[in-house]
Amino acid sequence: MTWKFTSAVAGVALLASAGGAAAEGELNIYNWGNYTNPDLIKKFEEAHGVKVTVTDYDSNSTALTKVKAGGHGFDIVVPSANYVPIFVKEGLLLEARPDQMSNFKNVDPKWVDVPWDPGRHYTVPWQWGTTGVAVNTEAYKGDVNTSAIFMNPPEELVGKVNVVPEMADVLALAIMYEGGRPCTEDKALLKKVRDSLMAAKPKWMSMDYGMTDKMSNGDVMASVNWNGSTFRVRANNPTVVYGYPKEGYPIWMDSVAILKDANNVENAKLFMNFIMEPENAALISAFARYANGISGSEAFMPEEMKTAPEIVVPAEFKAAGTFLPTCPKAAQDLYTAIWTELRK
Amino acid sequence: MVRPTSALSSGEITARRTIVRRYWLLCLPALVLLVFAASGPLLIVLAYSFLEPAEYSGVVWSLSGEGWFKVILNRDIFDDTISLADAHMTIFWRSAKLSVLTTLLTLAIGFPTAYFIATRPKTHRQYWLFLITIPFWTNLLIRTYAIMEVIRNEGILNSSLMSLGLIGAPLQILYTDTAVLIGMVYVYLPLMVLPLYAAMERLDFRLVEAGYDLYATRFQVLRRVIVPLVKPGIIAGSILVFIPSLGAYVTPRVLGGGKNMMIGNLIELQFGEGRNWPLGAALSIGLLVTVMAALVFYVRNEQAER
Repeated sequence: MTWKFTSAVAGVALLASAGGAAAEGELNIYNWGNYTNPDLIKKFEEAHGVKVTVTDYDSNSTALTKVKAGGHGFDIVVPSANYVPIFVKEGLLLEARPDQMSNFKNVDPKWVDVPWDPGRHYTVPWQWGTTGVAVNTEAYKGDVNTSAIFMNPPEELVGKVNVVPEMADVLALAIMYEGGRPCTEDKALLKKVRDSLMAAKPKWMSMDYGMTDKMSNGDVMASVNWNGSTFRVRANNPTVVYGYPKEGYPIWMDSVAILKDANNVENAKLFMNFIMEPENAALISAFARYANGISGSEAFMPEEMKTAPEIVVPAEFKAAGTFLPTCPKAAQDLYTAIWTELRK
Repeated sequence: MVRPTSALSSGEITARRTIVRRYWLLCLPALVLLVFAASGPLLIVLAYSFLEPAEYSGVVWSLSGEGWFKVILNRDIFDDTISLADAHMTIFWRSAKLSVLTTLLTLAIGFPTAYFIATRPKTHRQYWLFLITIPFWTNLLIRTYAIMEVIRNEGILNSSLMSLGLIGAPLQILYTDTAVLIGMVYVYLPLMVLPLYAAMERLDFRLVEAGYDLYATRFQVLRRVIVPLVKPGIIAGSILVFIPSLGAYVTPRVLGGGKNMMIGNLIELQFGEGRNWPLGAALSIGLLVTVMAALVFYVRNEQAER
């Protein structure tokens, strides 16, 4: 029996030491994949002597499910605007009061009183962008500023269009194309949305992610895509342009929040304050190529980003942009049904 | 322990009880594993399938048959008429069709491969087997992306066919059911070859020679001698390929382009963006029951034949 007892003691001791090690100088960030600038992390680690670990997720729902299940060990999460109220409502976020932090003065006033977090009691801006259409002008020379690119593809693009499988974004674009508002429960309108999506589907090539690569190498000629990704495509393939659908397109923002069950709350707060510094916010954008919400960060940004039409929304298209709200369950059920039918 | 008298003394009864108790205690780890690691999670899934979905993923603890209702039937979201769930049936049918085709194709390729290996000299066989297992060293996702690189419009296959002048424009294989089929056959082929080889290795080739001596043709020897003898291997291989094919997730997602889902993707959708865990749970259990029913039916048939 002795060896069993010894190994049990050793096991307990090991567990205890592992538990103790987490307390000092660590920060665990849970963020979207390919989204966190390693230079930013390195700078933070050197400035504050904290060891940072970044873990990836691929969708808001993945992040929500994992955080809700508990035992994740993360301190920071970066949900989109339409998911922040869900995180708050489910009691998953710490009211960290970033609005009282020293660098909060740098937050662009238009991103302070946001509907998903009025007055910014929970979150600070990470990056924001738009969902539109990317078109290779070698294949199609007509107007690109319309959702018709995928809702009713022109002859030249039939069989060459991709639609990213992001339910919220795609349905929002389709609903606005048919003249509704995001989160609508108007059945007559939704029926029209479903019918036109079903009619358009045979003209699509795929419903897939990874357009930064696939549009760069010419596998896909047009796609529903995000602005930052399209900016990266244009760097590789200058014939690709980004269109802002005039019928309406979604604007989104991902915000940094601290989890209620975080182990390293103080370090997480340091990080929040750190990324509100314009120079650091510029590092975020320099990597993933989306705008951030920090005034004065433009000065530190790469030159080509300051004028890029994907990043700086042209004045004529500003009005068509709309923020995606959090849809109620009833609307969500209708959308899932349409989405399942679309992908059957 | 053996005594001449048949009557058991009280000491002996105690001893037997101790043995029985020891058996149970020794079985305990296995039982715990079965109950908690195998049945436990399954029971949770089963329970979830009878609950109501919570507003933002998860479940509410109140009884509801809605999840199961939605597996087969569809209440039209626009006019509330009830009909067969066309979307789910299409997805189930595609999964079943692709899985059967995958099994048949892996069998068609795997059978000669296994036969070839089994007929090599004993010392060479291990090298051939080693070659079969090499793909397992690489992650499934990477192998799937490799296939994608081959069948892309500007990939190896299309560019070589075009440079040979066999086709004028690239074949659109990627993002079709054919692409999913190619991917699954490639991924699951070793699972067919290994059990087939195990069966063929035990095959007594003197019986094959005896068949030829009795004037059987090659085809007759194959059909009447080899196939019946390696049948257990064929069955094991088919089950090993068919079941994971039915639940395939990565291959249809990467190669199918996401336009046409398989069951695995449909279940994932319900647990993720769909925020309908009970429906996802009901679909999972439904899939499990279908597979079990098919297996039980098959085994019964087998026994009846004997």
